[in-house]
Amino acid sequence: MEELKTVGIKGIDEVSEYETFQYIVIKLGSEQYGIDIRYVDNIVRMQHITRVPKVAEYLKGVINLRGEVIPVMSLRLKMDLPADEITKATRIIILKLEQHGTIGVIVDEVKEVVTLSTAEIEKVSYDGKEERVNYINGIGKHDNELISILDLNTVAVEK
Amino acid sequence: MDVNQYLEIFLDETKEHLENLNAQILRLEQEPEDVDTINEIFRAAHSLKGMAGTMGYKRMQALTHDMENVFSEIRNGTMKVNSNLIDTLFQCLDALEEYNNNIQETADEGTNDNQQLIARLNDFLKTAGKGTEEPKAQEAAAPEEKPDDQKEEKWLDIKLDESQLSVLLAAREAGKNVYGLTVFIQESCLLKAARAFLVYKAVEEKAEIMVCNPSAQDIEDEKFDLDFSLIVISESPLEEILQAARNVSEIETVTGAVYEVAQVPKAESMAVVQASESKPESAGSAQSQNAPAKNDKKAAGKPVVNRTVRVDIEKLDVLMNLVSELIIAKNSLVSASTTEGGSNAGFNEQIEYLESVTTNLHESVMKVRMVPIESVVSKFPRMIRDLSKKLNKKMELYMSGEETELDRTVVDEIGDPLMHLLRNAADHGLESAEVRAQRGKPEVGSIFLDAYQDGNNVVIEVRDDGSGIDVEGVKNKAIERGIITAEQGESMSEKDIINLLFHAGFSTSKKITDISGRGVGLDVVKSKIESLSGEVEVKSKLGEGSTWIIRLPLTLAIIQALMVTVGGEKYAISLGSIQTIEDVGPDEIKLVQNREVINLRGSVIPIIRLSKELDIESCKSPDENMVVVIVKKGEKLAGLVIDELMGQQEIVIKSLGKYISKCKIISGATILGDGEVALILDANALI
Repeated sequence: MEELKTVGIKGIDEVSEYETFQYIVIKLGSEQYGIDIRYVDNIVRMQHITRVPKVAEYLKGVINLRGEVIPVMSLRLKMDLPADEITKATRIIILKLEQHGTIGVIVDEVKEVVTLSTAEIEKVSYDGKEERVNYINGIGKHDNELISILDLNTVAVEK
Repeated sequence: MDVNQYLEIFLDETKEHLENLNAQILRLEQEPEDVDTINEIFRAAHSLKGMAGTMGYKRMQALTHDMENVFSEIRNGTMKVNSNLIDTLFQCLDALEEYNNNIQETADEGTNDNQQLIARLNDFLKTAGKGTEEPKAQEAAAPEEKPDDQKEEKWLDIKLDESQLSVLLAAREAGKNVYGLTVFIQESCLLKAARAFLVYKAVEEKAEIMVCNPSAQDIEDEKFDLDFSLIVISESPLEEILQAARNVSEIETVTGAVYEVAQVPKAESMAVVQASESKPESAGSAQSQNAPAKNDKKAAGKPVVNRTVRVDIEKLDVLMNLVSELIIAKNSLVSASTTEGGSNAGFNEQIEYLESVTTNLHESVMKVRMVPIESVVSKFPRMIRDLSKKLNKKMELYMSGEETELDRTVVDEIGDPLMHLLRNAADHGLESAEVRAQRGKPEVGSIFLDAYQDGNNVVIEVRDDGSGIDVEGVKNKAIERGIITAEQGESMSEKDIINLLFHAGFSTSKKITDISGRGVGLDVVKSKIESLSGEVEVKSKLGEGSTWIIRLPLTLAIIQALMVTVGGEKYAISLGSIQTIEDVGPDEIKLVQNREVINLRGSVIPIIRLSKELDIESCKSPDENMVVVIVKKGEKLAGLVIDELMGQQEIVIKSLGKYISKCKIISGATILGDGEVALILDANALI
């Protein structure tokens, strides 16, 4: 099992006024999403997921991460996208959230880590038409590409 | 002195002393003349006072001081124990407990002076005929008993051996002066040992130090309170030596006088024994262990206690987790060896060895976490006594199996449910005296609390010989409250109706008392016990009494489980809930009220198809024989249809986390030898 350890995480309170944040850029279908690196505990390859009966469809089950049992959810199903197609690039990002504890999310591909300053992130306005917009709390611009910044707490909240 | 580091010890010990006092005073009420009990009470009260004084909790000290006076009178036989006095003493204990709770929360004892209680205690003392002078006179006679009252001549307590005595006598005869000194160091002093050393040095210049109490070594190691005493031989006048000692900074006072060597003989050494008996106790636990010279005398008065180390429960949890990891690692070795065909005999032998080591290690770690339920149940006799007075019913509590051990976390949680059940038994269960007389029962009602181990479970039974549960009454009440409909009531078995008692918001007591009957009791009991993976059931016979049976698992973290597969997925079922495993042909399944049942050796058992419950396709065709695991919950049985048996395994229970807590039939997960996660089925939730 190859694991990418994330390094150099900035403590939330040591952020200076020139705010720059690091984001892990992931792909979901053709879109790119950014996940705040401070919440990322680990990135692991796709592995056997033990199904848990009688839970929401997007909760794919649990995995064993070094002796801990961790729930895993499908970001695609949560965002009403077509179900995951497991490929060699598929990864599980292990998130550590204050409110919800440790959760794994399945993504199609992990691309890179980018640094975005607050100036490069545009707040999104909610028009309420598209449900997916609720999971995003900003759009970052980086090298002429758009990265939707995921609002992890809304992602983790149960439907 | 910085007392914070002793705070924890203080709290623990105070709790122990209070528990002890509660138990002993109860016994005193039964046997008012028992000397051992009175002595024990006196000692406990005295230690409490000393500890409170050391820690600077003046109110607590004042109250215990007055209690001690009363106990002292009782011990001297000048005061008789009566029910009134016992009541007051119990109230004092409650007040002390309150102080203790305050201290635990805020490190401060609070502001309640409990003047009323103190006044009442003093009333008792006055009416005892001797008046209040007696205890005071006694204190004057035995000043050692007041450790905090600025008794300054502590050097009087120093015990001399023969050779030291003869040296002192010789010195006197040679015309030298023998002085006794006691040095008090300021409370704010940080380096007591260093200050003491400076005093020691200063005195040594003027005089020859004969005896030092505590010993010079102990002083160096800071094994002393705020004072130490010396006996010195010198040619200089006393004032000069005192001045030399006082010149050292951070010294509060130095007192001294000519040491009367002549008075030493018998009387002196007697007094010393007494003094050293009370001193180590009052100085708190930290000091008492460091005074080996005094320990032998202390042992005579105190029952021998097992040597214990207090360990933070979190540290134990860490240890426990490590053992769990080890067991998982061992499981993977086992699975690796079986997949490789197990060609190497030596390898297998080693694995078996590892297996026995891990099992033993697990057991001993578990045992460390086990505590007897005594710590919880010891407060119940007192509670029943209070209830007996409040309810005006005569009752007696009989307890057995207090030594039964349970996991610490379970013991901590089990107190409230048990209290609920006991209160219920006292309030609802036992009849009033008139009714009991009519029914030809003894006047005094009996409540039994029995604990015992049963296989992998610990069973705690609360039994009473009261009126039992009125099934019709419960049914009518349930219908009235809208919990069930009248039709439902008709078809319900007696057991099901009794189980309605555990329904939230159900209380059958006609009048609501402050003891029980607010309708919050039993459902809380049930949910609490279920959260500890236990179960509770009731047996009752109208007119003869009822029995509440609580079953708790011995351990929470690691269990023996049966591994099964259903539709290709692996699941674990706790071995504790499994009765038997049966091979059942498809034609043996019958339908009763549209539910599948089998007739197994005369009993009809409902069948639960796990594949259906788990939303998965069974791998077996319907005309094949089925493997049915018969599980029990209390006295209910059910058959779980599975695909295949994998075998028995020791599994480590891991929580699924609150994120996936919705699934009731899964109680947790475990990690198998190959690293895969398997879910643990909760047979109780399935039935």
